Amino acid sequence: MDLYLPVANLSVNALVIVLLGGGVGLISGMFGVGGGFLTTPLLIVYGIPPTVAAASAASQVTGASVSGVFAHFRRNGVDVKMGLTLAGGGFFGSLVGAQIFHLLQKTGQIDTVIGLLYVILLGSIGGMMATESIRAIRNTRSGQATRARKRRHHPLIASLPFRTRYYASGLYISPLAPALTGFFIAILTTLLGIGGGFMMIPIMLYIFGMQTRVVVGTSLFNTLFISATATMAHSLTTHAVDIVLAALLLLGSVTGAQIGVRFAQSIKPEYLRLALAAMVLAVAFRMALGLGWRPDEIYSVALS
Amino acid sequence: MIRRLACLLPMLALIGAAKPTLVPDVSQRDIDIIYSFTGAQLLLFGAILYPGGQKPGPNDPPSDIIIVVKGPTQSIQVREKQKVAGIWVNAARMRYRSAPSFYAVASSRPLDQLVDDRTRAIYEMGLDRLQLSPVSSAPASEQKRFSQGLVKLRESSGLYYQAPHAVEITDGVLYRARINIPARVPVGKFTAETFLVRDGRVLAAATREIYVRKSGFERFVARTAQKDGFFYGLSAVFLSVMLGWGAGALWRRF
Repeated sequence: MDLYLPVANLSVNALVIVLLGGGVGLISGMFGVGGGFLTTPLLIVYGIPPTVAAASAASQVTGASVSGVFAHFRRNGVDVKMGLTLAGGGFFGSLVGAQIFHLLQKTGQIDTVIGLLYVILLGSIGGMMATESIRAIRNTRSGQATRARKRRHHPLIASLPFRTRYYASGLYISPLAPALTGFFIAILTTLLGIGGGFMMIPIMLYIFGMQTRVVVGTSLFNTLFISATATMAHSLTTHAVDIVLAALLLLGSVTGAQIGVRFAQSIKPEYLRLALAAMVLAVAFRMALGLGWRPDEIYSVALS
Repeated sequence: MIRRLACLLPMLALIGAAKPTLVPDVSQRDIDIIYSFTGAQLLLFGAILYPGGQKPGPNDPPSDIIIVVKGPTQSIQVREKQKVAGIWVNAARMRYRSAPSFYAVASSRPLDQLVDDRTRAIYEMGLDRLQLSPVSSAPASEQKRFSQGLVKLRESSGLYYQAPHAVEITDGVLYRARINIPARVPVGKFTAETFLVRDGRVLAAATREIYVRKSGFERFVARTAQKDGFFYGLSAVFLSVMLGWGAGALWRRF
């Protein structure tokens, strides 16, 4: 079933896009990530212009995180104050991100930057996740209990001024730390169309030392905010959000996400993390190949 | 269509000019882009009117038709990837002030058998004779490399092509050709130029215009995205929140 995308200016097979969204949704439901890191590259591979892909993937992340945020609110798993601090920094981050995007688009380097950032971010985080989950699996196999990390924030965070209390997170830290984190992750959200959960969660756990109970909910709450802001920023600057494309992706992904959540409950978390790590590394590897191999088309055209 | 053309035939007798003239038409004056748009096929047809109604005899040189369809021109930038420090990045670029967004040339015989290079250059007949007007002081070899790159790129996506035998001429009087317009074309005014060629000379030319535009919902969406980004963004966010929330609420019932 062919459908014309009015902003991307091309016609796509609607079923393929819905299934693509469904697959990403399944993964995002299973692993509790937004799935943007998969949507953007897959859309680019399908032939959607990178700008439209990144801009429209952000709205898919919004849709995927909504039901998760509600679920976490119901069981009190969101630190609203922390979430708002992150989102406050994130608001400015997405504005800056949109400007950077615009600049890179003008100089023609956006594709390379998107590719490089994917390789670096996904490669390093995928690698860390893989080693961590393999260690956890080994420990459970040998019957050894994993040592619980001492929950303590990084000394750098402790040195920042204007400390305030985040009750739900069990923290007394400067709001600058989460605001700056939100700022930088929002830049990446705008550039790459990703939610950033896979970076946010490790930072919250190991650098802020937040209560584990509120980490996922708060990260999702922030993702919801930032992806919505990124969609707005793209609508105002690059005009590249294709609402028809977004709707197709959403139809698939919100359904896929619900199935994924149910599926995930029957699998051990260490194995789930290992599978996610493998997937992240696979995407990073594919993007790296794309950068290093001679592309099919040496030339590209942009309107000026 | 044949009937329509048949009505034109009596007119042949009325024309008394010394040179033959062309009566061209297209199957669609307007192409509307709607949700199911996957491209369009244009039928370009018409009649050749000879002075005094005299068709050329079997010993005269044959008449040939060349049809050039062009999309709205765009100011574009062509970028070239080069390998820098192990990765392929856009390293060089060339600006073109007015490159056609779509270009198709159909003819009754291969172009080089019909007209000489100078005529081809004048009328922009053929992909190697496109006037792209580069904005550059780069050496000619580099300019050539870029324009060849551009033409090849657009050829592979069906935006530029030549169809050497696509024009059919019936009885030396009626001609017809089909031109495919892919879904990726921009909106705007397209022109279809028809040339009557005999003995290496262009004897007659005629132009028809075709308008490609988005209509209905597609038009509304594209316009809103460009003109009213704030409202558009809000709608996109609202749509994603509602769909996400709705799916969650629906699934919780099971």
